Amino acid sequence: MLSVEELVKGVLAGEKRSIAKAITMVENNREEAQRLIAAIYPYTGKAHVIGLTGPGGAGKSTLIEKMVKEYRRRGKTIGVVAVDPTSPFTGGAFLGDRIRMQDLSTDEDVFIRSMATRNNPGGIAKATKDAVKILDAAGKDIVIVETVGAGQSEVEIVKVAQTIIVMHAPGLGDEIQAIKAGLMEIADIFVVNKADRENADKAIMDIQAMLQLDEREKAWNPPIVKTVALTGEGVPQLLEKIEEHRQFLQKELWRKKSWEKAEAELIEAIRDKVTSSIIEKLKRERRFEKVLQQIVDREIDPATAAEKLLNQELE
Amino acid sequence: MFDKQKIEEIAKERERWEKSTLLNWIKQCPERKKEFLNHSGFTIKGLYTPEDVKNLDYMRDLGFPGEYPFTRGLHATMYRGRLWTMRMFAGYGTAEDTNKRFKYLLSEGETGLSTAFDYPTIMGYDSDHPMARGEVGVCGVAISSLHDMEILFDGIPLDKVTTSMTINGPASVLLAMYIAVGDKQGVPREKLGGTTQNDNLKEFFAQKLCIFPPKPSLKLSVDVIEYCAKHLPKWNPISISGYHIREAGATAVQELAFTLYDGIAYVEETLKRGLKVDEFAPRLSFFFASHNDFFEEIAKFRAARRLWARIMKERFHAKNPRSMWMRMHVQTSGCTLTAQQPLNNIVRTTIQALAAVLGGTQSLHTNSFDEALCLPTEESVRVALRTQQIIAYESGVANTVDPLAGSYYVEALTNEMEEKAMEYIQKIDDMGGVIPAIEKGFFQKEIAESAYRYQKEIEEKKRILVGVNEYAIEGEECPIKLLRVDPSVEKKQVERLQKLKRERDNRKVKEVLEKLHYAAEKDENLMPTIIEAVKAYATLGEIMDVLRKVYGEYKELIII
Amino acid sequence: MQSGRKIRVLIAKPGLDSHDRGAKVVARALRDAGMEVIYTGLRQTPEQIVETALQEDVDVIGLSILSGAHMALFPRIMELLKQKGLTDVLVFAGGIIPEEDIPELKKIGIKEVFGPGTPTEKIIKYVLENVPKRA
Repeated sequence: MLSVEELVKGVLAGEKRSIAKAITMVENNREEAQRLIAAIYPYTGKAHVIGLTGPGGAGKSTLIEKMVKEYRRRGKTIGVVAVDPTSPFTGGAFLGDRIRMQDLSTDEDVFIRSMATRNNPGGIAKATKDAVKILDAAGKDIVIVETVGAGQSEVEIVKVAQTIIVMHAPGLGDEIQAIKAGLMEIADIFVVNKADRENADKAIMDIQAMLQLDEREKAWNPPIVKTVALTGEGVPQLLEKIEEHRQFLQKELWRKKSWEKAEAELIEAIRDKVTSSIIEKLKRERRFEKVLQQIVDREIDPATAAEKLLNQELE
Repeated sequence: MFDKQKIEEIAKERERWEKSTLLNWIKQCPERKKEFLNHSGFTIKGLYTPEDVKNLDYMRDLGFPGEYPFTRGLHATMYRGRLWTMRMFAGYGTAEDTNKRFKYLLSEGETGLSTAFDYPTIMGYDSDHPMARGEVGVCGVAISSLHDMEILFDGIPLDKVTTSMTINGPASVLLAMYIAVGDKQGVPREKLGGTTQNDNLKEFFAQKLCIFPPKPSLKLSVDVIEYCAKHLPKWNPISISGYHIREAGATAVQELAFTLYDGIAYVEETLKRGLKVDEFAPRLSFFFASHNDFFEEIAKFRAARRLWARIMKERFHAKNPRSMWMRMHVQTSGCTLTAQQPLNNIVRTTIQALAAVLGGTQSLHTNSFDEALCLPTEESVRVALRTQQIIAYESGVANTVDPLAGSYYVEALTNEMEEKAMEYIQKIDDMGGVIPAIEKGFFQKEIAESAYRYQKEIEEKKRILVGVNEYAIEGEECPIKLLRVDPSVEKKQVERLQKLKRERDNRKVKEVLEKLHYAAEKDENLMPTIIEAVKAYATLGEIMDVLRKVYGEYKELIII
Repeated sequence: MQSGRKIRVLIAKPGLDSHDRGAKVVARALRDAGMEVIYTGLRQTPEQIVETALQEDVDVIGLSILSGAHMALFPRIMELLKQKGLTDVLVFAGGIIPEEDIPELKKIGIKEVFGPGTPTEKIIKYVLENVPKRA
């Protein structure tokens, strides 16, 4: 068993076993994980984090494989985090995204990790954000996060990635409606895959139409890139657009986005701490159950109960 | 077939029987299960009567053997004229080893050859490729060049035997080699008879031997169909397969529907090349499994014949009756064999073989009893062959055509098979055809579900596997001798390849491979160039590598 | 403090064998038993399998092979696992593996071999009882 200190050393040296164990730690073990993240945090902030989302069947994994190969050709090192849903019934998960990327598994400078959402309602595990930090600290130039194509929950990715790619492909059934409202707003780049199909142009026009409905002043106009992931067509152009966005962020929004990200993370961390420390304490001291009974008996409503308990704690 | 009034009378009597004789009996002797289902999930009734076939029209639905819709058989006399071909799948080790096994089987009475290739060959790798390590000759014969092919058929006259080759991605290459061997033997190409499996569509969701993405894979299959239509009139360019679909976990009706749909796709693609349907359809052939449920399988085979005939006539407007023939090869089901108490497998194979014969197959392979453990030994493959011979000569079932026709059960089941298969076909049509369905994961999902359900049924003892979940022997030891492939095969093959590459005209090889690359990019029919390449002793791997460069490689869609 | 630890299992298909019905049924059964299952897909080299096990930090590896090439491929896999320091991973195998090969496989570190006809319940139970205890 490696200690936190040994893991930190290994992660910062880019050592694969340490990266793997560190990610497991942030998935499972809160106390030690916090120490680990605290130790590596100063070394994060260098990687360009790209989020990739879209409906199932659009070809995300296939596209990532081609993107990684192209980045490798350009001398970049990559981390990939592929997220799949945990079954709400069994608690288990089938993590099959890396099948499309297996050619890359023996590339020394590519690290691929499959993660399950473990019932985090945001659709993207909290641990994923920490996994991204670990890969960042390990020196990866690019970190790609691929998420489940479930729709609304994809908005969570904003908090992780700097460049969000929303992907679609023609013939997936409900066409552009599959790109739920939240996704349209957060996309920095749109990708229409399987662009060699007949109805690809229609998919592009649909996206353009929806973009025009958005009347906000935008400093960055999300481009639409056509790709054929199976052959790699369009991937160099996609990487160009990603690079353009990165430069745009550096100039314009880096500070603002970093600020917003930090704020979101701090709020969530506080929320987390409150939940764990205060609620655990209440449960231990059995005050929790007492109040629950009052709520069930309709003697007090939940909001008032919470206020009372918090006031008691903060005294 | 029965008049309306008679049916009503029978129905009335049946109701009476149910309320009296049946009810009373069940009180003393309840049925063994709440409901009886076959593998396809159809409810099997306790009794079938004329009511169940009241809409059956003899001439429309059954007809006479040798006439549309061919339900009762493709030929007027079926096995009275000629028995089915006894074609035993064989192959392991080097070409010499398999040549020996071929001759052994022929001497023991098999009437057609069937070749099993090893995994490297199937995936288009030479025996010296890194991915071939540990796999050369292990579950089939290793063929890397025309040189190996010549040894494989040494002393076997290609104008006297027909040969089936189970090869898909590299089918064009192996066929080219076979043609080259025939040329060397002096056999005119019009006389070459046999089959290449060459069914790349099913690889995407069943056998999983896909090398290239769907579109080029389909193109390569159709290249062979087109070439044979023009140059090899006796060759079956394709064996549209349901066997692997079934083995992957599909039910009987899924096997039937998905196979027929693949057939529809191949016909559509070949028509796009400008050929008329009657120019190539007579040589399309099919390959099914024969599984445990005896009557379900028989119904499946009969429904298959009728359905294909209807599809060819109504959907594709074929005029030549031969275009409507569903010529099939059947293999008894491998996945039903047990490693426990292997001799029991002889019984399973017999029942399955009998179903295939009563179903009217043209050609049959019977599994050996040790195949859940290893490749068959000479002794076990002989028993498998004898199984067919005993059915043919001793059981009497081959003495009349389609003996089960008219059985209320069999005809009702045949109708239901056809109906449910048509529902699937309609569904796939609605999805836009076979390639959209593959990309949506439709077949994969259906098969994964059926496979999982089957396993659950066994574990919950809803489905009994004798010797496995019932009547098992605690601490059973393996009583039989297993076939082990000599590990020196790999070394021999590698040396042979190295020698070949030294002794051939390498400049010529380079030239023809470049020619192939160019032809592939121009989307030409590649058969003629591939024949040229194999004759120059370009290896299988070298040829396939050119195609891999042009078409790319394929990663499958996984659905569990 | 809640530890949401899940058992992570790698189901791998080494070599050219393309029969994946069993591997997929087992993968699904393990998922339904609450485990996180990583499936490599077909045609994996020993190097790819071990790298995947390393990066995914799996607790268990299940090797599925029906082509008869296990005696050539498994030793290489076990050797690589040792080299990469993955000695505490539980490795089991399934498929068509003759009884007479099992003692040799156990010697190189394959803890158990599940032949044709093994109920998935048995495999699940085995994994739950034998998965290495980690913090």
